[in-house]
Amino acid sequence: MALLLILLPLVAALAAFLVPSSTMRARMLPVVGSLHLAVLMVALRHWGTLPVNAWLGLDALGAWVLLVISVLFCICAFYAPSYLALRADRDSRIFCVSLLSFLGLASLLAQARHPGIAWVAMETTTLVTAPLIYFNHNRRSLEATWKYLLIGSVGIALALLGTLFLAYAAHFGGVEEPLHYTRLMSNAELLSRPWLRAAFVLSLVGYGTKMGLAPLHTWKPDAYGETPGIVGALLAGGVTSCAFLALLRIYGIVVAAGEGRFAQELLVGFGVLSMAWAMVFMVRQMDFKRMLAYSSVEHMGILVFGIGIGGLAAKFALFHLAANALVKSVLFLSAGNIHRSYASKTLPHVTGAIRRTPVSGWLFLLGFLAITGLPPFAPFISEFNIAAGALTGGHALAGTAFLVLLAGIFIAMSETVLKVVFGTPSPQRVRTHYSDTVATTAPLIVALCLAGLLGVWFPKPMQTLLEHAVSTVDGKVHPRQVRLLPAPEAQHD
Amino acid sequence: MSPNLLIALTLLSNFTLVATSRVNKAIQVVVIQGILLGLIPLAMGLGKHLHILLIVVAAIVVKGWFIPFLLRRALREVHIHREVDPYIGYTVSLMLCALGTGLSLILAHMLPLKAGTKDILLVPAALATLFTGFLVLVSRRKALTQVVGYLVLENGIYLFGLLLVEEMPMLVETGILLDLFVGVFVMGIVINHIRTAFDSTDTRHLAELKD
Repeated sequence: MALLLILLPLVAALAAFLVPSSTMRARMLPVVGSLHLAVLMVALRHWGTLPVNAWLGLDALGAWVLLVISVLFCICAFYAPSYLALRADRDSRIFCVSLLSFLGLASLLAQARHPGIAWVAMETTTLVTAPLIYFNHNRRSLEATWKYLLIGSVGIALALLGTLFLAYAAHFGGVEEPLHYTRLMSNAELLSRPWLRAAFVLSLVGYGTKMGLAPLHTWKPDAYGETPGIVGALLAGGVTSCAFLALLRIYGIVVAAGEGRFAQELLVGFGVLSMAWAMVFMVRQMDFKRMLAYSSVEHMGILVFGIGIGGLAAKFALFHLAANALVKSVLFLSAGNIHRSYASKTLPHVTGAIRRTPVSGWLFLLGFLAITGLPPFAPFISEFNIAAGALTGGHALAGTAFLVLLAGIFIAMSETVLKVVFGTPSPQRVRTHYSDTVATTAPLIVALCLAGLLGVWFPKPMQTLLEHAVSTVDGKVHPRQVRLLPAPEAQHD
Repeated sequence: MSPNLLIALTLLSNFTLVATSRVNKAIQVVVIQGILLGLIPLAMGLGKHLHILLIVVAAIVVKGWFIPFLLRRALREVHIHREVDPYIGYTVSLMLCALGTGLSLILAHMLPLKAGTKDILLVPAALATLFTGFLVLVSRRKALTQVVGYLVLENGIYLFGLLLVEEMPMLVETGILLDLFVGVFVMGIVINHIRTAFDSTDTRHLAELKD
């Protein structure tokens, strides 16, 4: 089952490379996406029975993240055929291959039980998503791709050093290979503290670069601004979730070793800094795709902020992963539609979208309201609970800063969004042949409805999954796995 | 030969790299470092393990021959020879590199080391090489020199990896080399696109996107 989740998209990627017809290739995406989600649904039933020494397999945390990515991929995949039909001038071969490979590698990352495999998976996702950013093949997208590759590679290199430091911390403490996560967590008190701390800092910087935490986010506005909306959605909800998962794995070990306090302070600091940085750059942002990129920086900040606060906030930070991915797909895809209709993504040229593309205009507006915390959408539930967790958990200052920044970001974003949606039409605007169709809006409506549904109804099995995922983040080994663990080994030194 | 001699030579090559303006010479440094790095495990007396011998061969072939070969080919195509007008000048770079090397020694001193590896300079050399790579990456304008910086940064990580080379499974080691290779390969493709789009590989042209 574990291998099927990884190989299904990778084999499909190979098939997509060989298929000569671009229509066929585009239609493969929704088929593979749905199949992947179906297989995952079956695999989800077994997340509690993961053997301790397995190299690959779904635990609660991995299952939750992969569920988010798989649903997001489905939304994007159902949107893709109509989008690629509009861009018939561009060769879609590399595009489809990269999308499918990304899904396969994300499945590998979510199921990796060894920091080394997780790192290889993360690095490869950088490489397969680079061609997606270069889809438009112009100078601007080239610049974005170069920055993405270079900054991303440096980040990932630092994460590798972090992984090696972690291995040395274990080696120093007498814990030898294979360094499975479960083994590292249950032997965490043996690990060498200075090396473990250094490992966490490097992983935070490295995977934080891939997530786009300020001040390591500089590639993000360029990359998200220059790619098609569909790639933006997948990067903002998928690639960032992968990096977040890789970071959480290391964080779990650090907490299990009793160094949680040190890590939490760093996470809260990075979280607040990212939100503040994003707010500053959202004020009077003329380019609405870049604005969405800064919104993504903000929400990555919210995720690490919640984890750093811990307890209730940590649980809802994981919930926010799903909320963010769903709403971001609505925002990026509707922004892509509006971009297509106006042939521009900057403000004086794009105004009054609600009249020209009513459905996309409404979706963009509702997506904006949802992401900034309008009830009943899911981000409201998570943002509210993270704030509540901070204020009741003795982080009054951080909690207040969190709420102030959320309000500031709402005001900063609303100026741009309201002009795009309602503004009076400018004389410079261009009209293209694009108009909203069922195929380019239905996946977005589904995503928005899912975000609304998740805000009012959270099914019981998913609650259980989330509870266990949080306990993994908190450094606890699943009870069934504790019983299976071998007796503690003899220590030396 | 003592491993510390090879490590010291690696550190010296770092200084050569930050002081040179010629792209060709920078690539030469990559070749030298690749070979030195390949030989260090042998000097450490690890040559008896088969999987380490494989790593030695892979490091020398990939780092010392194949990647420089790709870089040289790209260099021939773009007809550039010198890194003109870097963001940070050569003298300042040299001083920063010396400062970074000194700081690495102090930093490495603060981290505990397992008995038996205490007298090997791997950790400070790894940190210093990492820093040098980073310095070149952020201070140079040509895409090719930036890739050289990235390679040197990876070399620093490889040096640290040697500390664990006996315990680490092949999987992780091959992962490092494979990713390095694929990373440079993809960067090579992008450099080629930069060249056709702008008729040069100067990343100054890549400054259109900003707030």
